Amino acid sequence: MQNQEYIIQMKDIRKEYFGNPVLKGVNLNVKKGEIHALLGENGAGKSTLMNILFGMPVIHSTGGYQGEVTFDGQLTNIDSPNTAMNLGIGMVHQEFMLIPGFSITENIKLNREILKPNIFSPMLGDQAKTLDFKKMDQESQVSLDTLGLNLKVQSKVEGLPVGFMQFIEIAREIDKKNMRLMVFDEPTAVLTESEADTLLKAMRRIADSGISILFITHRLDEVMQVSDSITVLRDGEQVASLNTKDTNVIELAEIMVGRKIENMAQREEHESSKEVIMKIDNLVVDMPGEEVKGVNLEIKKGEILGIGGLAGQGKIGIPNGIMGIYPSKGSVTFNGQNIPLNNPAQSLKSKIAFVSEDRRGVGLLLDCSIEENIVLTSMQIQNKFIKNYGIMTQIDKKAIRAHALEMITNLDIRCTGPEQLTRRLSGGNQQKVCIARALTLDPEIIFVSEPTRGIDIGAKKLVLDTLVELNKRLGMTVVVISSELAELRSVCDRIAIVTEGKIEGILSPSDNDADFGLMMSGDYHKIHGKEVG
Amino acid sequence: MEISTKKIISTLGIPRLIIITFMIVLCVMAVFLKLPLNDLLSDTLIRTGMNGVLVLAMVPGILSGIGLNFGLPLGIVCGLVGGLISIEMDLTGYMAFFVAIIVSIPISALVGALYGYLLNRVKGSEMMVATYVGFSAVSLMCIGWLLMPFKAEEVKWPIGEGLRTTIALTGRYDKILDHTFAFNIFGVTIPTGLLLFFFLSCFLMALFLKTKTGMAMKAAGDNPRFAVASGINVDKQRIVGTMISTILGAVGIVVYAQSFGFYQLYQAPLMMGFAAVAAILIGGASARRANMLHVILGTFLFQGLLTISLPVANKIITEGNLSEVLRIIVQNGIILYALTKVSSGGD
Amino acid sequence: MEAEKLVFEENKPQSMGSNIKQIIFDNSVTIIFVILCLGGVYLSKQPIPFIANELIQRITRNSFLVLSLIIPVLAGMGLNFGIVLGAMAGQIAIIAVTHFKIGGIAGFGLAALLTIPIALLFGYFTAKLLNKTKGQEMISGMILGFFANGLYQLLFLFLVGTIIPMDNPTLVLSAGIGLKNTIDLSGPQGTKYALDAFAKIPFIKSTIVFALAGTGYYVFRILQSNKDERLKMERNSFIIRAVLFAALLIISFYVSTIKSLINNISVPLATVVVVGLLCVFNVFILKTKAGQDFRSVGQDMNIAKISGIPVDKIRIRAILISTVLAGWGQLIFLQNIGTLNTYGSHEQVGTFAIAALLIGGASVTKATIGQAIIGTALFHTLFIVSPQAGKNLFGNAQIGEYFRVFVAYGVIGVSLGLHAWKQLFDKKNKK
Repeated sequence: MQNQEYIIQMKDIRKEYFGNPVLKGVNLNVKKGEIHALLGENGAGKSTLMNILFGMPVIHSTGGYQGEVTFDGQLTNIDSPNTAMNLGIGMVHQEFMLIPGFSITENIKLNREILKPNIFSPMLGDQAKTLDFKKMDQESQVSLDTLGLNLKVQSKVEGLPVGFMQFIEIAREIDKKNMRLMVFDEPTAVLTESEADTLLKAMRRIADSGISILFITHRLDEVMQVSDSITVLRDGEQVASLNTKDTNVIELAEIMVGRKIENMAQREEHESSKEVIMKIDNLVVDMPGEEVKGVNLEIKKGEILGIGGLAGQGKIGIPNGIMGIYPSKGSVTFNGQNIPLNNPAQSLKSKIAFVSEDRRGVGLLLDCSIEENIVLTSMQIQNKFIKNYGIMTQIDKKAIRAHALEMITNLDIRCTGPEQLTRRLSGGNQQKVCIARALTLDPEIIFVSEPTRGIDIGAKKLVLDTLVELNKRLGMTVVVISSELAELRSVCDRIAIVTEGKIEGILSPSDNDADFGLMMSGDYHKIHGKEVG
Repeated sequence: MEISTKKIISTLGIPRLIIITFMIVLCVMAVFLKLPLNDLLSDTLIRTGMNGVLVLAMVPGILSGIGLNFGLPLGIVCGLVGGLISIEMDLTGYMAFFVAIIVSIPISALVGALYGYLLNRVKGSEMMVATYVGFSAVSLMCIGWLLMPFKAEEVKWPIGEGLRTTIALTGRYDKILDHTFAFNIFGVTIPTGLLLFFFLSCFLMALFLKTKTGMAMKAAGDNPRFAVASGINVDKQRIVGTMISTILGAVGIVVYAQSFGFYQLYQAPLMMGFAAVAAILIGGASARRANMLHVILGTFLFQGLLTISLPVANKIITEGNLSEVLRIIVQNGIILYALTKVSSGGD
Repeated sequence: MEAEKLVFEENKPQSMGSNIKQIIFDNSVTIIFVILCLGGVYLSKQPIPFIANELIQRITRNSFLVLSLIIPVLAGMGLNFGIVLGAMAGQIAIIAVTHFKIGGIAGFGLAALLTIPIALLFGYFTAKLLNKTKGQEMISGMILGFFANGLYQLLFLFLVGTIIPMDNPTLVLSAGIGLKNTIDLSGPQGTKYALDAFAKIPFIKSTIVFALAGTGYYVFRILQSNKDERLKMERNSFIIRAVLFAALLIISFYVSTIKSLINNISVPLATVVVVGLLCVFNVFILKTKAGQDFRSVGQDMNIAKISGIPVDKIRIRAILISTVLAGWGQLIFLQNIGTLNTYGSHEQVGTFAIAALLIGGASVTKATIGQAIIGTALFHTLFIVSPQAGKNLFGNAQIGEYFRVFVAYGVIGVSLGLHAWKQLFDKKNKK
């Protein structure tokens, strides 16, 4: 159906990565001049859909996609970012692509500078033409003024407040005369409230001038405030397409989270003690991309606590801060003792173990053997696996080998032997090596961050089962940090949701979907606050 | 087990293959030109032992994460000071040799620690800074050699100011290691003492790498983020690596000098760092990975190449020093190759 | 529909006071060297006119080389140690011209022309290597210089007379293979002073004219900046430059009134004009698309790439230009010195030119024409006075000589260290 009122129609889009279906027949229709919101949890398929829209190389190098894309009534195949740009599709990224040492004009006009000829240019070509700063300044100022800022385009970008940089990014896209469709990816994430407000109003103005906007966000109240229509993705499927005026925040939250059709094995009801093993007070962690802005949490002894929330909201910053991997402030009390922050050795000595979400970057020495990886931390922290010879120490090869073999058996690590390089293992087995290293410390509490990320379905279950086993058999307190809500709901006793760097609330796995959705979008207290108040 | 040619090529790497082939060609040519191969082999063995410890000095730097230690001249200069002090004390024989080493150890340890501290402040640009620290140190010591209050006859110029450019070790410990336990087999003289010292140094290094600190140092160099998460102080381990590298540089030059017969002051140490780097790279190491085999094999190949190429070249072209030019090309060529690998994510 | 406007308190132009503090901090290296030079001049007890004459000669023959370093710095490639290859290209050209006995300005011109293809070839390989070693460009350039030197020696020591037939007893060693160590460029068929001899102008008088022009120009720009928003940003730098030129004007005017041998010093017109043209070229190129591309790549390679700028190509272009300029710079150097040290003239070219640039206040990421000239002046002043100062201070001229080499290495080491430290510092504070 080619309809002149639509700027883009993506029909029945399917995409798989190495046999793993990521988009399972998604439809997306954006009308001309409208603001269309795209909602969905992490892993729902939003980024993949955008990569297809922009003709990113990663799509084409992994087998392309299926389905039809119609742009302004014409069937098109967007095969490269250049094609997308020529069609008039632009993207405002979360990561700013601005050069601080350049002026605003130079950033807006980067590689699109306005040139005038001079004596050399007939011979040497365009490269020798002079820059026409007067014209560039004029045009850039117009684009910038559309956004309602009071800013001179000749100023350098460095030193400007972060919120302004977002606007300059947008101005750069608007300045491209042929812009028809702009994608905004979490544009208000770094803005103050008043800046966000100005941005939303500017978005309205842009849409009214005929440029369609695709608005990716998790803030449901913003969706309600500014969008005309909404598409919700979940697990690679399009689960809803609505007009904004026909819905509300609670309904959206519910649709976003949804309940899985298959029966996830429910967590056995068991009495966890009321004793608090770890108390976290006002934790602030400076982890780029996962900032924690004041978390208060009590972890009960022997429980499996889940920490969930959308990506970038800060849940991963919590364990990284406690373990001293990223700079942090606040206080953490464990077993009644105060744990000094910013000191990884101390956290480890206090019997707190951590399995990082960055398996390959932080969790492993890829070019070392399995056994070396397993024993290294406890060797350094607890002096295990070492033979002391007075002035010198030597590693105890026998003990290391024995222990490694034990771990390989217990955790069922599929490998050719303890000397195999961890680089050669599959994702799931690498994860198990990381868990083995954490267990070798004999910890009293273990934080596991994104335990099943990048692992195939079969291995996922194994890893989760292992964690449950540890808790049941050894009574170890386990804290699982994960973006996959369904996973958390199947193994945890309680689930804390982190939004905008703080704990939005703690739910039980059996609480209703809408509550989870509202907490993740940060609207829970707004809604329930209103009701109570 | 199939040993395919492809696997050999990928394990050895193209530059090493080129060098090994070149070596074989040279040996064949040497036989053709009726050059005394046994003498050449003897010389190669001596030069391997002579340079070996200096090449070994690269290992702790690479493993701890500071990369190729172009600043080796810093350690060399400390060793020179130790050597001069031992002469000033009018010692001879083994006593003199070991005193030279023992005196230079605390000096080089201190200098190495400061140097390591500096390198920690310039992560990402270690190689450039190391090079110029080395150059500056040698230049500064040039002034130092002119001013230092040594009085021994071999050390100071009889008339005028300053220390001599080359200081002879005849009568003290000239070639003392080379001659100890040396024996002849098939016409080749094996400098047993020298080689023993070299292998012993490698053995001690290997032992160190299996201590708790050694393991921590390796982890810090291999993956600093992993190391931090395991409670290891990465900066401290880098300083440890730099210190040991500097100390080995000092010991290395003493070994070198006893074999050469002279201590060389002033500009001589300037380019020695590059030669050691090239040798370990030829042996198969990279800016991030190195082991004892790389040290031994690399030193042997590099020195062998130079030893055999000189007489062969002289037979073909009598003028000029083709061997020296060859050394410059091979040495710098292998370093360039290694640098292209560094930026593409390492080996 | 009234647009809501977010008001932003723009950074008011800083007060002159804090501005001056900033300037002193940024240029601390240069200031230290000015003090060092003044001390050295005093200690060496050499007559000022002698020093001035030597210095002016050195500046005219060396500044072209130092200026050739600027474009790679702008393009984010750091300090181009690869100019050694450019110098080699120039030397090959001049050997060829000397062999064919073409002298004077014709010979020089021909050598300059011949340098171009050779330098482009060398520069291309240099650039390809540097693109393969992103992040370690400087050390790679340095090692490449050594490597190329080896190949150069192979060429001229062993291939000349064997594979490359050269029947020329003045140039070739007696055995018939290999070039001589020194080649004399003087004589009617030589290129010595080919450029310099063209015309001579009195130094002090031309400095007065130059300073007057400079002061006038910057005063004009200051007035212009009152109307133009973009120029307003640069106002402070205009003021500083106007002040500096005015100071130069006053000093040179004063010198012209006193009776001193300095007033007899003359400067080769053609060479100065050529150097001046290079300065103009550097300024002009920055106003073009090519220059903007250099700057974009130099500021942030990733962003430039995403915006569609062919980053690798731009970097190659920067090195090509730099290498050709270095080739010409070496020609200018050689025609003034008059002797070619076949195997050594080019060796320290990289180190000394880079040290000079850094002393002038440049860094791995920023280099201007003023810094190049001032740095050359300071570096060579130190060079001239060190031996004598060392003799007077320590009784040993050698100390002075070693001191100046130490200074060259030291200033590069310190500059690299500071730059690396600052980079880490900025990375940590980047939010």
